[in-house]
Amino acid sequence: MDGLLHQIFSGIATGGIYAAVALALVMIYQSTHHVNFAQGEMAMFSTFIALTLIQAGLSYWLAFVATVAISFVLGALIQRVLLHPLANAPVLASVGVFIGLMLILNALAGWLFGTTLKTFPSPFGAGPAMGGYVSRHELGSTSVTLLVLISVWAFFRFTRLGLAMRAAAFNPASSRLVGIPVARMLALGWGLAAAIGAVAGMMVAPVVFLDPNMMAGVLLYAFAGALLGGITSPLGAVIGGFLVGIIENLAGAYVVGTELKLAVALVIIVAVLVLKPSGLFGRTVTSRV
Amino acid sequence: MTDPLLRVAGLHGGYGATKVLHGIDFAVDEGGVTTLLGANGAGKTTTLRAISGMIRTTGEIVFAGRPIARLPTEAIAAAGIAHVPDGRGTFSELTVEENLRLGAWRRRDDIRPDLERMFGYFPRLRQRLRQQAGTLSGGEQQMLAIARALLLRPKLLLLDEPSFGLAPLIVRDIFAILRTVIAQEGTSVLVVEQNASLALAIADRAYLLETGRIVLSGPAAEIGRDEAVRRSYLGY
Repeated sequence: MDGLLHQIFSGIATGGIYAAVALALVMIYQSTHHVNFAQGEMAMFSTFIALTLIQAGLSYWLAFVATVAISFVLGALIQRVLLHPLANAPVLASVGVFIGLMLILNALAGWLFGTTLKTFPSPFGAGPAMGGYVSRHELGSTSVTLLVLISVWAFFRFTRLGLAMRAAAFNPASSRLVGIPVARMLALGWGLAAAIGAVAGMMVAPVVFLDPNMMAGVLLYAFAGALLGGITSPLGAVIGGFLVGIIENLAGAYVVGTELKLAVALVIIVAVLVLKPSGLFGRTVTSRV
Repeated sequence: MTDPLLRVAGLHGGYGATKVLHGIDFAVDEGGVTTLLGANGAGKTTTLRAISGMIRTTGEIVFAGRPIARLPTEAIAAAGIAHVPDGRGTFSELTVEENLRLGAWRRRDDIRPDLERMFGYFPRLRQRLRQQAGTLSGGEQQMLAIARALLLRPKLLLLDEPSFGLAPLIVRDIFAILRTVIAQEGTSVLVVEQNASLALAIADRAYLLETGRIVLSGPAAEIGRDEAVRRSYLGY
């Protein structure tokens, strides 16, 4: 029983990371109608920036805040420079940009920071917490991701800017007609997604170690989470992310073993697409032909 | 004579290589209702899109003494032109309340008195506040679109085919409400309609558009008596 509880708790901890990345994926999906394959590499790159800042002598939390800010700016820049000119291009052009961006960031990180595995510090320490069910890092990182998710939700739900960003993603033409500067909103959306990814990267790095391929697995789980919850639903993606974290951990411990854990993500993806393509909370999108 | 609120001169425009407007001249007077009539494909919707900066144009568009032809759409809205687009432009994923708040997005003041007034015109919207806007009926979405546009507190309201796709009874309701709204809000209106008799009934001034050119203009009552207009557009 203790073992089971332990697996569930650490599933929630990794699930929080997946939930954050899944949310970033859904945010970009709503404005581009495509999955940003580069989301994971953007987060990995941000984590390298954080490590560089920490090694340069900044305290952890100062480096954390600076990294989130830098990632926000870089994300917004990516939208302005790479995606904005493609506003009227076919969707395949965006997919090309996403894949290109993924490859470039991966190679650039390897070139700038090296390809060897690096340890990344945890501000919470490694000891046990809550009577040994979770590690202190798991507890800390879950709290941070939950805080991020709740703030993002509150921002979109309750602020004038959040409403405008949602409107701009759903319906750019009508948004312009009510006076919303859509281009700026989409850039802000990318900035926010990149910032959320940066937090996820910094929270997962102490567990999986930092290298240019750190986020490959995480992105796959996050994608499975987003699909499970429904790629059109931010709340669904978050819940899906947590569920995937728990399923992955339980399956790894009791069913398939750690070597085949990644296959669990693929099984979830295929199962959702076959059984309920709109996910648990997603809208079924019908289109006239 | 005072300057009109909106003056359009020598307006050309279209979609890519397809030219739709071939040098259009017309004006909208302050406080009045102006209508652009014309058959399908005459360029009515395109003219409204040109005013809102949604398509590339050449020619002159002057609004409240200020040239707006080069401005981006959001700046034109901010300048005081609210546009109810064809298809109503509903934010279908958002709630009715959020749609209304978006209409007033440019404003920083308290919008509650205006919201109350909109609920006075369109009581149905109050009942549907929490509902997802995409689930509203066509008539309700048209009401929502008009309320959303009015919440911008525009100097000029552009209406693109308010009767489109609605049952005749609903159309009658919408136009009755529209008449009240226009009288009470004092907003100047440019309405585009395929249904000429409806439009002429609420308009002060009318222009007739044929394949991207203005072919006839005058007071709405006079245009309604015109032999050719009656035969081609009013059907009697």
